[in-house]
Amino acid sequence: MSVETKSREKILEVVNAAIEKFGAKQEELIPILNEVNRQLGYIPTEAMEEISRRLKEPKSSLFGVASFYHMLSTKPRGRHVIQFCESAPCHVVGGREVFESLKEELGLEPNETSPDGKWTLITTSCLGVCSVGPVIVIDEDIYGNVDARKVPEILARYE
Amino acid sequence: MKYYRSHVLVCVDPECLQKGAHELVDALQDELVATGLIDEVQVLETSRIGGCSLGPEMMVYPEGVHYVGVTPDDVPYLVEEHFLKGRLVNKFQMPTTKVVDEELGAPTQKEVRIVLRNCGKIDPENIEDYIAEDGYQALAKVLTEMTPEEVIDTVLRSGLRGRGGAGFPTGKKWQFTRQAPGEIKYVVCNADEGDPGAFMNRRVLEGDPHSVIEGMIIAAYAIGAHQGYIYCRAEYPVAVSTLNIAIQQARNLGLLGKDILGSGFDFDLEVRMGAGAFVCGEETALIASIEGRRGEPRPRPPFPAVQGLWNKPTNVNNVETYANIPQIILKGAEWYAGYGTEKSKGTKTFALAGDLNHTGLIEVPLGITLREIIYDVGGGIKDGKAFKAVQIGGPMGGCVPAEYLDLPLDYESLAQAGTIMGSGGMIVLDEDTCMVDVARYFMDFTQDESCGKCTPCRVGTRRILEILTRICDGKGQDGDIELLENLCQEIRTNSLCGLGQGAPNPVVSTLRYFRDEYEAHIYEKRCPAKVCRSLIRYEILPDACTGCTVCARNCPVNAISGERRQTHVIDPDTCIRCGICMQVCNFNAVVIE
Ligand SMILES: Cc1cc2nc3c(=O)[nH]c(=O)nc-3n(C[C@H](O)[C@H](O)[C@H](O)COP(=O)(O)O)c2cc1C
Ligand code: SF4
Ligand code: SF4
Ligand code: SF4
Ligand code: FES
Ligand code: FES
Repeated sequence: MSVETKSREKILEVVNAAIEKFGAKQEELIPILNEVNRQLGYIPTEAMEEISRRLKEPKSSLFGVASFYHMLSTKPRGRHVIQFCESAPCHVVGGREVFESLKEELGLEPNETSPDGKWTLITTSCLGVCSVGPVIVIDEDIYGNVDARKVPEILARYE
Repeated sequence: MKYYRSHVLVCVDPECLQKGAHELVDALQDELVATGLIDEVQVLETSRIGGCSLGPEMMVYPEGVHYVGVTPDDVPYLVEEHFLKGRLVNKFQMPTTKVVDEELGAPTQKEVRIVLRNCGKIDPENIEDYIAEDGYQALAKVLTEMTPEEVIDTVLRSGLRGRGGAGFPTGKKWQFTRQAPGEIKYVVCNADEGDPGAFMNRRVLEGDPHSVIEGMIIAAYAIGAHQGYIYCRAEYPVAVSTLNIAIQQARNLGLLGKDILGSGFDFDLEVRMGAGAFVCGEETALIASIEGRRGEPRPRPPFPAVQGLWNKPTNVNNVETYANIPQIILKGAEWYAGYGTEKSKGTKTFALAGDLNHTGLIEVPLGITLREIIYDVGGGIKDGKAFKAVQIGGPMGGCVPAEYLDLPLDYESLAQAGTIMGSGGMIVLDEDTCMVDVARYFMDFTQDESCGKCTPCRVGTRRILEILTRICDGKGQDGDIELLENLCQEIRTNSLCGLGQGAPNPVVSTLRYFRDEYEAHIYEKRCPAKVCRSLIRYEILPDACTGCTVCARNCPVNAISGERRQTHVIDPDTCIRCGICMQVCNFNAVVIE
């Protein structure tokens, strides 16, 4: 896969900044992991090792935490992450058709990344904006009232 | 994640696109970059803003201003006036400006707003606005005139019950935490709001954060805590930033920190974020997550009131529970208890979703009937369809059918009907809904969210999901219903936390009220609501089809054939039953058989 992996320097830089920001304490572990995940798109093994060393937490417990929370990913993701809301309120107002159309257009199943490293498709539970469902989120852009026909057009907006 | 002070939503429906919506978006982006506002104002694409004929159109939040007919040439002027100078541009405002807040409209006759009273009315980022609405008066009263015991007594007498789901009396919980031995105590606000379809807490946090903060300070005073945490789900970035601004403003005015209002009482507050795990809404899991661990529940007792955060006595309440407190203190326990029923006092917020004419947030006195909520407040079922059921209480709740429309909404009646009050999600389902599909849906959710710590929940939910999936796929077998019933019983009694204990509810309740639908799927291989894909077929009505080719061009698998102006035909073997053709046909020629 040609998914971009990050250089070691970049990883350490991001980890340092995150630890600096929150402090090297166990109770700050989730904010730190969140920050690294946000900056790099995922949490590379090198980052885990560095955080483990600095927080004096065993690596196993770090992996335990990272694997527990849906938003934290230890695998590289595509340049754009598409989150599809799979909760019932969106489902009953046409979410299923949107999901089919998304999978079809992208040629991806949930949790897959396209071979060119452009897209990762993930599902999410309710984002709390059900009154404009069905909802998809691409990177940080929220699209409400999506219908299946609009999907190709929305996707075309991303490089 | 960035925090934006403004969001611009541009409609990109076909009609608006034709009028240059994309050009408008690009021009807006360029201008925001040029003026250095790009980190403060976010441009989003949306649809159906409403004034279709006047496009391109946009809505600007938080003001909720609706601008129409904006061209790229107008953008520099608009950005300068609206975003730099903060002035509304009348020229582009939607004529007969009717700004609709899709989530929270004006209260209807049956509503009473206590928790939502300030939402949409005050600027949540300006503490002065809150203070002008009697904000922090209750805190001042508590700190100068009341002992902690008197505060607890008032809350007890108000009858307020926890709004996070279980409905435990709030005053009692405070009493337990106060009486628990230990010097250090904490108050925690549960803002994890993970039930699909529920966004009441988000709205309060984004619209009136100080009411929650004030409620927490009062609780801290009552139980003797000096530090508090608000645990907010990471999916709510706007709520987190609004809270942080509010906390800072409260600190600046001496309402948080040392010696609050000169009373000698110290208390401070911090926001903690989750990272996407539904089970973290369960209080012991939430505590583990704040401590930086995996958010797994642990057995109770000991309850958090005795052993909570870092093993200290901790009071955990929901956002809405805290938001009620200032009004109860100011207007009195009797005033609050004047709303509701004998055992369920006060008001409750609900998020109405699904097939209703008016979805969105409401706040109603407890004891109101489902019929009043659905028809009077929610405006009835969309498109004149018939009501089928309402799912209350989220994934651990149940479906209630039409026979129960006159059920008064209180904790006890709901339990009798086989559901729970839950946090306030209410999904209304019309006649076109397949109840087996709905049950499968919720099971898919709980199965996914089970933390896996105990076997009945981890394995049992997966088993139930497998069975429901095969029933929906037309492969249900004789005995499946009994198997489901046994599994439900097993999971309910042997799971450690509320997630596992409540997970069977959607299945149990649909089996109780819609058993015939299960039977139709299993024995007749038929989905009465025509939803389950393996059990339906899409067909084109020759009489209605004009041969416009739209469906054939949109079918993702090229299952539709036909010449222009000739009747089109669907090949059932290629068709994946995605339903797109039915959506795109303008002549209602595609039907489900
Ligand atoms: C799986 C699960 C999820 C929960 N999610 C929430 C939630 O999102 N918000 C909430 O306030 N309570 C939630 N609860 C209930 C809490 O455990 C706890 O009872 C509540 O926060 C107490 O506050 P209250 O007394 O004000 O209701 C959940 C419980 C379970 C078992
Ligand atoms: S019941 Fe389910 S969610 Fe709760 S602790 Fe057990 S496995 Fe985890
Ligand atoms: S879209 Fe409708 S009318 Fe047009 S060809 Fe298809 S079925 Fe016929
Ligand atoms: S349902 Fe989907 S796959 Fe089947 S014919 Fe219609 S568009 Fe094509
Ligand atoms: S169900 Fe999709 S945003 Fe709530
Ligand atoms: S097409 Fe843009 S508002 Fe309807």
